[in-house]
Amino acid sequence: MDQNDINKLRGKTAVVGLAESGCGLASGWSAMEIMATAVHDALDDAGIKLKEVDGVFAATAFHSMAAMSLSEYLGVKPKFADGSQIGGSSFLSHILTAAMALDAGLINVAVVAYGSNQKSIGGFKTISEAMPYEAQYQPRMPVSAYALAAKRYMYEFGASREDLANVAIAARDWALLNPRAYTHQDGPLTVNDVLSARPIVDPLGKLDCCLVTDGGAAVVMTRSDRAKDTKNTPIYLLGAAMEHHHRMISEMPDLVRTSAIESGERAFSMSGYKPNDMSTIQLYDAFTINTLLFLEDLGFCKKGEAKELVKNKNIGPAGNLKVNTNGGGLSCVHPGMYGLFVTLEALRQLRNASGDDVGQRLDGGWIDNAKLSVAHGNGGVLSSQVTNIWGVSDTL
Amino acid sequence: MPENLSGTVGPEQQFKNFLSEGKFMIQRCKSLNQFFFHPRVAFPGSGERDLEWVEASGNGVVFSSSCNRRLPEKGGDFNLSLITLEEGPRMMARVEGIDPDKVEIGQKVKARISSLNGEPAVIFDIV
Repeated sequence: MDQNDINKLRGKTAVVGLAESGCGLASGWSAMEIMATAVHDALDDAGIKLKEVDGVFAATAFHSMAAMSLSEYLGVKPKFADGSQIGGSSFLSHILTAAMALDAGLINVAVVAYGSNQKSIGGFKTISEAMPYEAQYQPRMPVSAYALAAKRYMYEFGASREDLANVAIAARDWALLNPRAYTHQDGPLTVNDVLSARPIVDPLGKLDCCLVTDGGAAVVMTRSDRAKDTKNTPIYLLGAAMEHHHRMISEMPDLVRTSAIESGERAFSMSGYKPNDMSTIQLYDAFTINTLLFLEDLGFCKKGEAKELVKNKNIGPAGNLKVNTNGGGLSCVHPGMYGLFVTLEALRQLRNASGDDVGQRLDGGWIDNAKLSVAHGNGGVLSSQVTNIWGVSDTL
Repeated sequence: MPENLSGTVGPEQQFKNFLSEGKFMIQRCKSLNQFFFHPRVAFPGSGERDLEWVEASGNGVVFSSSCNRRLPEKGGDFNLSLITLEEGPRMMARVEGIDPDKVEIGQKVKARISSLNGEPAVIFDIV
């Protein structure tokens, strides 16, 4: 089999429904209830009946066998299911697997889902085991790992905490335009706000770190021939690729270069488009350093130059690059594993520009004429990297 | 390796046993003449199994460092660093004997075996 075979998947499948549920605080709701609500809402959005679902894809920090638990809860007997757990990017890899299973004819309708009630039950939730050769030093994972990467990045490229702060400020500016965002009412951030926030693990302070919220999300996928006949604008999967090269931060070959370099190159190549063709750029910003690394690794600028790219509010609503337009994990929502929310925003921007009603934004919150979005997921400690390229029908 | 592993211990336990004896040992692949860390049953990436334990020089350089903020009543701030060993591999550790936020990338460090929470641990000092 040659490398070109995967490219045959380009445009073969599409998302035809999406939903989020319980974002922010959902006291009194279990992670499963939040996830299943999102699935039913996404199916309603698609106009597809639950009975038609024959592919189930899920991962959470609450269920060791999430795809099986979700299938049972829904009352679905899937012909194919995948609960692969590679951290917060799991859902972007589920989308690739779902596309393969749909294209192979194993299934006809796939749901990809996530749910978490971490905030209402006490805070950040993980099912990660203690890492051998690291745990005894008591790192505060995952933030310690990202702090080590941020420190190295600052050393290698002369970046400052102010450069990192520009990422948090832009995310907040987007959140102010998005009524769904957790910090929508909180007002803008200044560099001083970010630098003077409570230090967590130097060089990262509280506002360099993502929110801790509840929330669930789901998307519904079908083959493109069927997608054309659904009630929404189908958004086509044009490219998808994944790679990872470590699990523990002490094993990361290079703290300032992630395997998004590889996943991005292959996903863009499959799509036939380049980074600069993207109308919106949705990156997994669990920490401010992520956005700098992924802008570079996905090819929006050269290594070490993202600190210039994010200056002068260039990734905010008035900037040239439309990055994390929902407010991101930093200012919109982060229920522990954020990957499906990166995906939702990539899709919503394209559907809105195509005339679908996917919610309200303040002026400037929706990107006019958006045709292509990159959704990039990260998992573990800058470990798993998965890139999806989405486009409207003109881009096929 | 024999199929039956009973009566032996794996590389992780061997590493810990060495530490208990006061020795910081790392593995070397003989055919490749390359060191690696963490301990494994075969050389990562290519699978060579002709491995031997060698006492580490203990010399290293700080590759990255962080000050983990913690309430005084829970033990106070502490350093967490990644150290590149003179032999090549990198490992997580703490640098002590200096304020936890004063450890800088590129500083030379030397290993000693200390203990953390009652377990032997490799700790580094600035040299």
